[in-house]
Amino acid sequence: MSIDKDKIKHISKLARISVEEKKIDGLAKDLSSIFKFIEQLNELNTDKVEPLSSILNTSLRLRKDEVNDGKIRDKILKNSPQKNEEFFVVPKVIE
Amino acid sequence: MSDISKKDLTEIVSLIKKKEIKSEEVTNSFIKNINNDIKLNSFITNCSDLALEKAKNFDKNPNLETLLPGIPIAIKDLFCTEGVRTTAGSKMLENFIPNYESTITKNLWNEGAFLLGKLNCDEYAMGSSNETSYFGNVMNPIAENTVPGGSSGGSASALTADLTPTTIGTDTGGSIRQPASFTGTVGLKPTYGLCSRWGIVAFASSLDQAGPMTKTVQDCALMLEAMASFDEKDSTSINKKKENYSKKLTDNIKGLKIGIPKEYRVDGMPKEIDQLWEKGKKILKESGAEIIDISLPNTKYALPTYYIVAPAEASSNLARYDGVKYGYRSSKGNNLIEMYENTRSEGFGDEVKRRILIGTYVLSSGYYDAYYIKAQKVRQLIKNDFDQSFKKVDAILTPSTPSAAFKIGEKKDDPISMYLNDIFTVPVNLAGLPAISIPAGTDSKNYPLGLQLIGKPLDEQKLLNIAFAAEKKINFTQTLDRWWEK
Repeated sequence: MSIDKDKIKHISKLARISVEEKKIDGLAKDLSSIFKFIEQLNELNTDKVEPLSSILNTSLRLRKDEVNDGKIRDKILKNSPQKNEEFFVVPKVIE
Repeated sequence: MSDISKKDLTEIVSLIKKKEIKSEEVTNSFIKNINNDIKLNSFITNCSDLALEKAKNFDKNPNLETLLPGIPIAIKDLFCTEGVRTTAGSKMLENFIPNYESTITKNLWNEGAFLLGKLNCDEYAMGSSNETSYFGNVMNPIAENTVPGGSSGGSASALTADLTPTTIGTDTGGSIRQPASFTGTVGLKPTYGLCSRWGIVAFASSLDQAGPMTKTVQDCALMLEAMASFDEKDSTSINKKKENYSKKLTDNIKGLKIGIPKEYRVDGMPKEIDQLWEKGKKILKESGAEIIDISLPNTKYALPTYYIVAPAEASSNLARYDGVKYGYRSSKGNNLIEMYENTRSEGFGDEVKRRILIGTYVLSSGYYDAYYIKAQKVRQLIKNDFDQSFKKVDAILTPSTPSAAFKIGEKKDDPISMYLNDIFTVPVNLAGLPAISIPAGTDSKNYPLGLQLIGKPLDEQKLLNIAFAAEKKINFTQTLDRWWEK
């Protein structure tokens, strides 16, 4: 499948990545060639194959839902690009 | 004593245990090399001062009962280290200082090792040449302006140049084995689930696996022993008892069956790779192994499958980078959504963005079945191929890469030709198997080439034994003129 400019705009919106207008053509070209490569898979008939869900032949372990650390608010907040006392700060979302 | 930094890990450990050298001397010998290096760019963060302090403390009261007593180790900058910034080679995490330690590094420190520095890598481990790092290209010590491979390129480069006695990398599609092959060193990707993923910056969670990168197979066995553990914090960690890989290492491989998959003889493969493969067969035969032709019919579909599965998982793993809780935040944007979009546009590099977009597309409504489910079906077929073959053989021998190291910039503008580098390594990740690359020869330019051995799940011991036997017979050596020093 070839990926056109509109598709790039749509996907980048979904991925929350702004793409500069001048870079859209290059991206469309790259992604088109990658999808052409990927679509080799269509040669294979997989109607009777179950999709692989895990390479380990076991189901995921469960653990007790209990607090095992905590009280590290200030440590966590240290890496925040913008904070106010004990809160993360984001641009205004409600008028 | 002759230059300590040129010795392999096992020898350094033995000298420390015999009290013939101190950790401080060892550490200083590597720091000297790090300080003399002005061109490789293999380090993102140099922790020399911290390491020297740890070495001195170790020497005051040495505990010699550990696997890695007083050993300084520089590691790929994808492992979270408490209090030391962890960048994943990205602008997004340029100033990120984790407040916790990854399980793998914690295991190493518990065995007596300490951190020497954080090594350059492709951004979020997405790349095969270390050219996608925000912190710049890394050079291969074998020749100037040559890539060290990727994504664990800084690790391979630093190890080869004697800037660290051993190192660790991560391997999602070949990121340990391909750089090992490009630099003439040993690299092992363990069975999926053998080494904990906790505290490793995530790329593609069903494929990511940490592993050792070393100068010898013996060192590799020792490092794997130190790294592997069951971890409650990783939901896909395998619960099994610890193995003594290094003690059990033997070159007796008589009677083992080695499979040669005909599908790995790809079109246009250079003659020297073919010759290398033949040499590998001959050597294993001489060691008493039996060579058996096998077929892995879906091999050619591994790379296209990988380029659906890995970007899909990456796009959801990297959704967390939103400029709110940690990492880079753009100052541009009039509202929350624009802040997200600008943060991710400015914080991620081109290859990472490309893969997020591919992943977002293959998971998007209306395309999910055609791409993602299709890929998971083919992944099952690829795994079945290996399962069938392992009924007949103990291990599989292939080349590690379709070529030797290439020049910086040579493949940068063509994503597909870059992706083709991983043609022999990717199937292993899709099937969750262990595989090791060992140096086995050189091409016409005298650049190193590696051979890959693939094993059954959790059969690392046998894999190491075969690699050990091959290593002895191959007797690979390389002399470097240290052009990167001032």
